[in-house]
Amino acid sequence: MQMYDLPDRRGHFGPYGGVFVAETLTHALQELRAAYERCRTDPEFIAELKSELKHYVGRPTPVYHARRWSELIGGAQIYLKREDLNHTGAHKINNTMGQALLARHMGKRRVIAETGAGMHGVAAATVAARFGMQCVVYMGSEDVARQSVNVYRMKLLGAQVVPVESGSRTLKDALNEAMRDWVTNVESTFYILGTVAGPHPYPMMVRDFQSVIGEECRAQMPELAGRQPDAVIACVGGGSNAMGIFYPYVADEKVRLIGVEAAGEGLATGRHAASLCAGRPGVLHGNRTYLLQDANGQITETHSISAGLDYPGVGPEHAWLKDSGRAEYVAVNDDEALKAFADLCHYEGIIPALESAHALAYAAKIAPSLPKDAILLVNLSGRGDKDMQTAARKLGVQL
Amino acid sequence: MSRIQARFEALRRSGRKALIPYITAGDPSPGLTVPLVHALVEAGADVIELGVPFSDPMADGPVVQRSGERALKNGVGLSDVLTLVKSFREKDSNTPLVLMGYANPLEAMGLERFVREAGSAGVDGVIVVDYPPEECAEFTALAKSNGIDPIFLLAPTSTDERIRQIARVASGYLYYVSLTGITGAGHIDVSDVAAHIPKLRAASSLPIGVGFGIRDAASARRIAELADAVVIGSRVIQEIESAAPEEAEARVKAFLASIRAALDGAAAKAFA
Repeated sequence: MQMYDLPDRRGHFGPYGGVFVAETLTHALQELRAAYERCRTDPEFIAELKSELKHYVGRPTPVYHARRWSELIGGAQIYLKREDLNHTGAHKINNTMGQALLARHMGKRRVIAETGAGMHGVAAATVAARFGMQCVVYMGSEDVARQSVNVYRMKLLGAQVVPVESGSRTLKDALNEAMRDWVTNVESTFYILGTVAGPHPYPMMVRDFQSVIGEECRAQMPELAGRQPDAVIACVGGGSNAMGIFYPYVADEKVRLIGVEAAGEGLATGRHAASLCAGRPGVLHGNRTYLLQDANGQITETHSISAGLDYPGVGPEHAWLKDSGRAEYVAVNDDEALKAFADLCHYEGIIPALESAHALAYAAKIAPSLPKDAILLVNLSGRGDKDMQTAARKLGVQL
Repeated sequence: MSRIQARFEALRRSGRKALIPYITAGDPSPGLTVPLVHALVEAGADVIELGVPFSDPMADGPVVQRSGERALKNGVGLSDVLTLVKSFREKDSNTPLVLMGYANPLEAMGLERFVREAGSAGVDGVIVVDYPPEECAEFTALAKSNGIDPIFLLAPTSTDERIRQIARVASGYLYYVSLTGITGAGHIDVSDVAAHIPKLRAASSLPIGVGFGIRDAASARRIAELADAVVIGSRVIQEIESAAPEEAEARVKAFLASIRAALDGAAAKAFA
């Protein structure tokens, strides 16, 4: 099996990716690139990361055959990669652990992060507490108001949460503000970016740290199901959980790769977050990728029931996988995601994150048209405890 | 000879330093932009930097951010900015004008169309903050072939090799960012600037402007003793922001004139 060799030296995935930053950040990114290049092949670093993932994060996570739900849907067998069982309840910590260890190797005592719903912020605050680092999390003031429990969680973990009042006061603005902090405090500070976006080396580095998901699946699926799946399905906001499970399968062309974006209230309404399905290429947050933007090139606001998918860009490697035809990208709306969310609770006793429910909903959509022995592997990227308020409100329940 | 080059040569001959104010097009209103630019020129500006509003200004501090948000609220996009430039040129064909902004609005318009229309509107230079030279070879070539100078930023963290790399493609002037940080920060380090300028001079014969963090006559004067041009953005915008719209012209004029006087004092000292 031949792995494809992207990105190139300057971080390009075909026409996407790259380093589109002000000169003030060029040196910091070069330094980060050099440190990461040293660590990614250093046996000591690899052993350290492996040990933390096992004893602190709780890896490997299991793959689970959702038999009852598959039967109910009728058709393909649906398997779930249980990233919801990680410490802090989502895949995000695979990446924050890797970057925190890298920060330690670089001698940086202060880490910063951006967050939307708060999951990445919590995962960053968690590893900062674990290693005794100072942690500052930037969060749009709209999100601070919507996600008060996660804000408190980060504070409990010792992080300072800074509400961002600029722009649309959401995730993209938090990312802008984290970049501004980094450029100002570049000597002391490591920026733990939460997804496979941003300037090189972030898309590659975050993908590498998240690839543990897909690598485990490649070992687990033959054990559990006797073979690799016919398709791997994951939700895509920035795209880190999807890249993590896709990457070890990219060269295995028998396996379909399906990324599921948030169609929000429907692609036709314009109120969605589906950059790959409905956007066009441009430059944002240090890389070239598909963006939701208006005719003047201004970035537009997004909408999704799941705050974690509410991002107007997407990792550049997904843009490349889309154009090259290796992966397919589809979109699922709020109502479809909500139904999959409720069904998985009912029939399997698993409360999925609303983000992951998008991937589940698409699996449920195509399973009936597939034979009984077809296998769909869905990345259950996070647990849904954080979504109780949203789900109850949408399902018409008063808490 | 380009307008930028001609202006810097004239200044050099008369022993003066260039004053380059920055304002955002469309702030506080599209109707005030051209009068404000004329006012800046009357108060002693040698080159104008006009900001193109963008929804995600990653390198800008709060003052320039707010200014961009006001302009966006006024619906000002890149094509409106070019219309404003054209209107400015009806009364001023001498003062060099440089657009400063981010890559995405330019790419949304299409780079070829942008350089063509910017050239014919009377734009002399373009600073694209998130276009480092290795990512914008096509743009650099297109700009130059339309008579527009691609102007690049250099930072305290730029290595000697990086300075040489940028000097090879830059034209117009070099823009040295005087601190590691965002626009409008308040802590310029003059000794750092003094240490870096010779490295830039060794790599390039282009004039050197210094900006990001120059807030008053005193810091402007100290920088003018080292560089060829002083760029002031956030402080000018603060004048606009805190003034009633009808007073904005007078306010920026008074502020800029005080900087002008300080620079001319510095030049006199440097040549004494």
